[in-house]
Amino acid sequence: MRHIISILLENEAGALSRVAGLFSARGYNIEAMTVAPTHDASISRMTVATSGSEEIMEQVLKQLNKLIEVIRVHDLSEGPHIERELMLIKVHAVGPDREEVKRLSDIFRGRIIDVTDRSYTIELTGPGDKLDAFIHALDPGMVIEVVRSGASAISRGAKAI
Amino acid sequence: MTSPTTTHERLSPKTESETLTGAEIVVRALRDEGVEFVFGYPGGAVLYIYDALDKQEAVQHVLVRHEQAAVHAADAYSRVTGKVGVALVTSGPGATNAVTGIATAYMDSVPLVVISGQVPVALIGNDAFQEVDTVGITRPCTKHNFLVKDVKDLASTLKAAFYLAATGRPGPVLVDIPKDVTAHQCVYHYPDKISLRSYKPTVKGHPGQVRKAMQMIASAQRPMFYTGGGVVLGNASEELRKLVRSLNVPITHTLMGLGAYPASDPQFVGMLGMHGTYEANMAVQHCDVLVALGARFDDRVTGNLAKFAPHAKIVHVDVDPSSISKNVRVDVPIVGDLQQVLTEMNQVLGELDALNDPHAMQAWWAQIAEWRKRDCLHYQQDDQIIKPQFVVQKLFELTAGDAIVTSDVGQHQMWAAQFYGFDKPRRWVNSGGLGTMGFGLPAAMGAQVAEPDATVVCITGDGSIQMNIQELSTCQQYKLPLKVACLNNHYLGMVRQWQEFFYEDRYAMSYVDALPDFVKLAEAYGHIGLRADTPADVEPVIREALRLKDRMVFMDFRVDAKENVYPMVPVGSGLSEMILV
Ligand SMILES: Cc1cc2nc3c(=O)[nH]c(=O)nc-3n(C[C@H](O)[C@H](O)[C@H](O)COP(=O)(O)OP(=O)(O)OC[C@H]3O[C@@H](n4cnc5c(N)ncnc54)[C@H](O)[C@@H]3O)c2cc1C
Ligand SMILES: Cc1ncc(C[n+]2csc(CCOP(=O)(O)OP(=O)(O)O)c2C)c(N)n1
Ligand SMILES: [Mg+2]
Repeated sequence: MRHIISILLENEAGALSRVAGLFSARGYNIEAMTVAPTHDASISRMTVATSGSEEIMEQVLKQLNKLIEVIRVHDLSEGPHIERELMLIKVHAVGPDREEVKRLSDIFRGRIIDVTDRSYTIELTGPGDKLDAFIHALDPGMVIEVVRSGASAISRGAKAI
Repeated sequence: MTSPTTTHERLSPKTESETLTGAEIVVRALRDEGVEFVFGYPGGAVLYIYDALDKQEAVQHVLVRHEQAAVHAADAYSRVTGKVGVALVTSGPGATNAVTGIATAYMDSVPLVVISGQVPVALIGNDAFQEVDTVGITRPCTKHNFLVKDVKDLASTLKAAFYLAATGRPGPVLVDIPKDVTAHQCVYHYPDKISLRSYKPTVKGHPGQVRKAMQMIASAQRPMFYTGGGVVLGNASEELRKLVRSLNVPITHTLMGLGAYPASDPQFVGMLGMHGTYEANMAVQHCDVLVALGARFDDRVTGNLAKFAPHAKIVHVDVDPSSISKNVRVDVPIVGDLQQVLTEMNQVLGELDALNDPHAMQAWWAQIAEWRKRDCLHYQQDDQIIKPQFVVQKLFELTAGDAIVTSDVGQHQMWAAQFYGFDKPRRWVNSGGLGTMGFGLPAAMGAQVAEPDATVVCITGDGSIQMNIQELSTCQQYKLPLKVACLNNHYLGMVRQWQEFFYEDRYAMSYVDALPDFVKLAEAYGHIGLRADTPADVEPVIREALRLKDRMVFMDFRVDAKENVYPMVPVGSGLSEMILV
């Protein structure tokens, strides 16, 4: 099963590679991993999208907790949460496609953020499957370049993790 | 890294403030930490530290002949004393040579602080002379590591290193110090205490879980205790003995747990696992409640997991939550420090209404007595060829079971574990988790430094001893009177045994040709060498070695080349499916 794990860790050089190294050394899956400082500059928040059996997930959480620089680990998939991802996508846009791409972008609530006479660059946020759907809706030949941030996620309700 | 000081409580320094160089801070911190011995090897990046060491007497330095040996010696020093071991190595090759030692300590949860030199901060990342990414290389085999880029962070980082190494699940911590940092100056403050917001090991066991565990144990028909290195590391032998005696339950140890409960006590059924005794393995397979204390269900212990302890409800106490339910599902998990949790268990025991049903216990002990009759460690004595088991038995007898025994890795290690009965903890020092050949001799040095008056015996093999033989020179320099007992079978015997059992006698590369004359080799290093060729030589050789109290003696026992370690659980088999003699 897919899990979204939030990790609060010391904002120190090397902390990121400890987490990444843990996943590779122990053979855990990583679908995506994002990290950035929080409102407290001494703390970073990392979101890892991973998958595995219940036993493996139990070990993933324990092993993450064991890392000295990790302050808190929470499996967001255990409760209601919101997941968002940012995508920047550059597509060919010439002739009749120009209008078509713009319309598609509007339907997906995307924003065109850069324009040339042959291309559009679109900014899109949403859950991962919405971004997938946008890519699928385009003719594969039209896509020039895709950048995705990986999932960021937060629990619903008033409390912090 | 950025400074850990943001998360440290800096308390007032013990001494009035003084401005020191980074190198002096290192030495002063070691002194303030109560460190008496550092095992190390110099080089460019640590010369300031060596200079500072040379100017004082509180912290003594033992010069080894290879950095791997420095770490093994520090490791054994720690295993024998319970204190944090300290090693000091230079950058680049010094650090990479130390890695095997660090990984060995990591696998066996031994608290160490390893200090490595690094190229000056401005050169880091430039492929500078003798630069390696030491923090990167050691990240997966340390409990934690630090690169100190500012002399102002040095004292607090060293404090954190000692704290992390010794608390929770112990382990090696590396502190990498660029050369310029050891030359820079700042005011020295060594914090008395440190607290890290991200590191709070659980010490006390959950009372509800402890009670549940005790009720489960006391209502068992066939209870079995399986205890490991955690009891030794946690200094919980006393508490363990009390509980096991009060319950009158059988107990087995892992290779790492030997000595925690006295081997001479009738409740002890021997080691379990791949080369465990018949009675220990059978008891684990047939028990209805298995109590695992400070043991991590290693694959050498469980055999085929699907077949492991099929009838048992399992209680597991460990300070590291990730050891619990990692390989085997546990019914009553308890996270905590064993000394504390065993004390709690003993308390609850006193409050229980009833203990185990005496009839059931009688039947259980009768069954165990039956298994014992199998006499699984029996070997055929011979009057021509020395049996390796016989050598260990004689060593045990003639040292009155009171030596500190270190070992290397292979058959000799298993025979040492099976035939030297340890009645006390911290007397058996071996590499279990990593299985590092070359551990034995430097470990014996660390043990002898820790206990200068103790009889220290290194039981080794003809293969392993050659992996750190250069340390005979260190033994000479420091007049370490340890005894090496080499069970010389001319083979990488453990490899040969696997080839005999599982590769149809094809002994690919396991015959050790061109062995040196170990007696002459010992003599060349200024020691005494003795050889035993027949069983009749064994006792006189050991007696002579022990008589030479202040000399290092190398005993070369020419033992049966084709002897095997029994019992053996083949990989993939259940624990009760042992190959027996
Ligand atoms: C050739 C060879 C053959 C081997 N054959 C066998 C064999 O037949 N049988 C065998 O048993 N082993 C054997 N081993 C060793 C094996 O590989 C493992 O090293 C060993 O079984 C692990 O022992 P352990 O479970 O006691 O764990 P350790 O590695 O000693 O780990 C200690 C555990 O205790 C916990 N702990 C530490 N401190 C505390 C504390 N204060 N409070 C609570 N918990 C604590 C730790 O978190 C950890 O989980 C062999 C090794 C070699 C090289
Ligand atoms: C550094 C290292 N390399 C290889 C091995 C694999 N290995 C395990 S036991 C063994 C043979 C050891 O031979 P020896 O020291 O003569 O002991 P014996 O088994 O003959 O008693 C080998 C090669 C190891 N454990 N460590
Ligand atoms: Mg050999």
